[in-house]
Amino acid sequence: MHALIQGIILGVLTAGVYALMASGQTLIFGIMKVVNLAQGAMVILGAYLSYQLFTSFGIDPLLAIPITTVAMFIVGVAVQLLFLRPLKSEDRSELSLLVTFAVALLLEGIMSVTWKTSVRSINTGYANSSWTVFGYQITLVRLWAFLLSIAALLVLYLLLNRTRFGRAIRATVQNPESARLLGVESSRVSALGFGLGAATAAAAGSVYGLLYPFNSGSHYDLISRLLSIVLLGGLGSIGGAVVGALIVSTSSAVVASTISPSWSEMTFFVILLLVLLIRPQGLFGTTARGAI
Amino acid sequence: MRSLRYAGPLRGVVFFALLASLPSFNLAHWVLNILVFTLMYAVMSSSWNLVGGFAGYPSLGHAAFFGIGAYTMALWFQHRAIHSGYEPFLLLPLVGLLAAAIGLPVAVIAMRTRSDVFAIVTITLLFVTQTLAFNLRGLTKGAQGLSIAAPPFSARTFERPFYYTLIVLLALAMGITFGAMRSKLGLSLAAVRADEDKARGIGVRVLGVKLLSFSVSVGLTAMVGGIWAYYEGFIYPQFAVDPLVTIAIVLMTFLGGRATLWGPVLGAFILETGQQTLAYSLGGSQFYLIAYAMVFLLVMLLMPRGIVPSIQDRLRQRRRRTEVDAGAPRPSPPTMTRSSDTRTSVPALKGHA
Repeated sequence: MHALIQGIILGVLTAGVYALMASGQTLIFGIMKVVNLAQGAMVILGAYLSYQLFTSFGIDPLLAIPITTVAMFIVGVAVQLLFLRPLKSEDRSELSLLVTFAVALLLEGIMSVTWKTSVRSINTGYANSSWTVFGYQITLVRLWAFLLSIAALLVLYLLLNRTRFGRAIRATVQNPESARLLGVESSRVSALGFGLGAATAAAAGSVYGLLYPFNSGSHYDLISRLLSIVLLGGLGSIGGAVVGALIVSTSSAVVASTISPSWSEMTFFVILLLVLLIRPQGLFGTTARGAI
Repeated sequence: MRSLRYAGPLRGVVFFALLASLPSFNLAHWVLNILVFTLMYAVMSSSWNLVGGFAGYPSLGHAAFFGIGAYTMALWFQHRAIHSGYEPFLLLPLVGLLAAAIGLPVAVIAMRTRSDVFAIVTITLLFVTQTLAFNLRGLTKGAQGLSIAAPPFSARTFERPFYYTLIVLLALAMGITFGAMRSKLGLSLAAVRADEDKARGIGVRVLGVKLLSFSVSVGLTAMVGGIWAYYEGFIYPQFAVDPLVTIAIVLMTFLGGRATLWGPVLGAFILETGQQTLAYSLGGSQFYLIAYAMVFLLVMLLMPRGIVPSIQDRLRQRRRRTEVDAGAPRPSPPTMTRSSDTRTSVPALKGHA
């Protein structure tokens, strides 16, 4: 019982960072109908950037977030303009999938040339402090990560719901043709939307770097988890991404604490399998477009 | 037209005769080694083409079946001795059948989804298999890996048995493709790719052809995995179930041309030889990953339809032009050349050439 509750606490705290990564990915899908396989690599790149800021300039990863998000926003816009916009042919969704895979490989290559392949971790002063509440351990760094992810999600929510740009994005998600008729420039929205997705990846990367050691190959683990979360929540639904992250992260943490850590990875896939068998469009996905 | 009818088979005979005669030129071992790997990828992209090209289901999970084949081979010979060195080759059909059988339920579930979601589902399948290969330590020995006894072939002609077996497999894969293109199966697959719901409406047995193409495809892929395991002699989970294998297969097929007979083979010969040379010259450093990704991106952006369809279109245009000049009646385009179906459009060609 103790292990179960400890697992639930850990899972909920970890869910924040996954929700953040997945919301970026699902946002990109919502806007462009592109499944971004490079999202994991972008997260790891964000983690490396904040690692570099921490080791070279002593900037705390949590404070580095404004810098890394801006940098990754630019990277994201560049990727969209250079590699995704030129795709015109009929099977664009298929091609864009492969292109983002290639971008993931490119980022992996660049990262392993720049930072080598040895495993890095960001060791802040508070990395090892923790509280014990009613016999359950809560590490400070995880609590921070959770609060920060929630804050970033809140910013994303406000951006989407309270700004002109957000309105344009939501309009594009719901109906690109009507949005275009109403004067939304969809190509610009696509570029900025991809940038926004990359920026959430950067924010998540800073948090991820605090929580886990990583190297350039870590993005394979991440992307497989992200895909399970996004499919569970329903492609294109940000609320779905958050709920999906909660479910997936909690159940895998419970499996890790009650059965064995090496099988926690499988939880993702078992959940995914169940989703596909029972509800292929995901929890909050619609067969029509426009769930955000 | 008579000469044209025999051009295809003749091309095949010449190609395979050339391939089969290559080892007798006393090529250096490293050349033969590259050829063995090139043939492996040629077989795998030809078989990927059955699902990803003809049926239009871009599977990113084929490397999982490559791994299944490799592990089946390695596990079978854990406690059995290899005497003549040829036993593993005899086991290959069984390896293929096993993978095809595993592929059936996978296809039933995964093929409920289409295009990009199907790709996601199959890529997660790849990661599941990799996790299993790491975690089922009782069976696979996890990260430690498995070894197979080295074949008792003489060092001088070591590669030959592998090489010839792969030629047979390539002939099998291309033969199946050729047969499919000429039969109702190919038509059904093309219908599934163009519009699955309509295809079902007009009476195509959609599920049947999808399952058939998927299991044949993964069966062939697993057989290559088996050969690879025996050839390498040692397998680790991260190389037996490797996302890079998947992506190489897909890239080769895209480069050469999806849903064509020669495209995947051409793609494999260009890319695998190129990649091996790159890996040698860049000394296996991570720059090679960057170079690989750049090639990938360039192919996708500049030639999304592949080499073979682009050339075919150009030839067809020229032929048409000369026939019009000669005042001959315009022949109706051949019905089953894949490159000329729904995908072909002149503006698209101009836009990307």
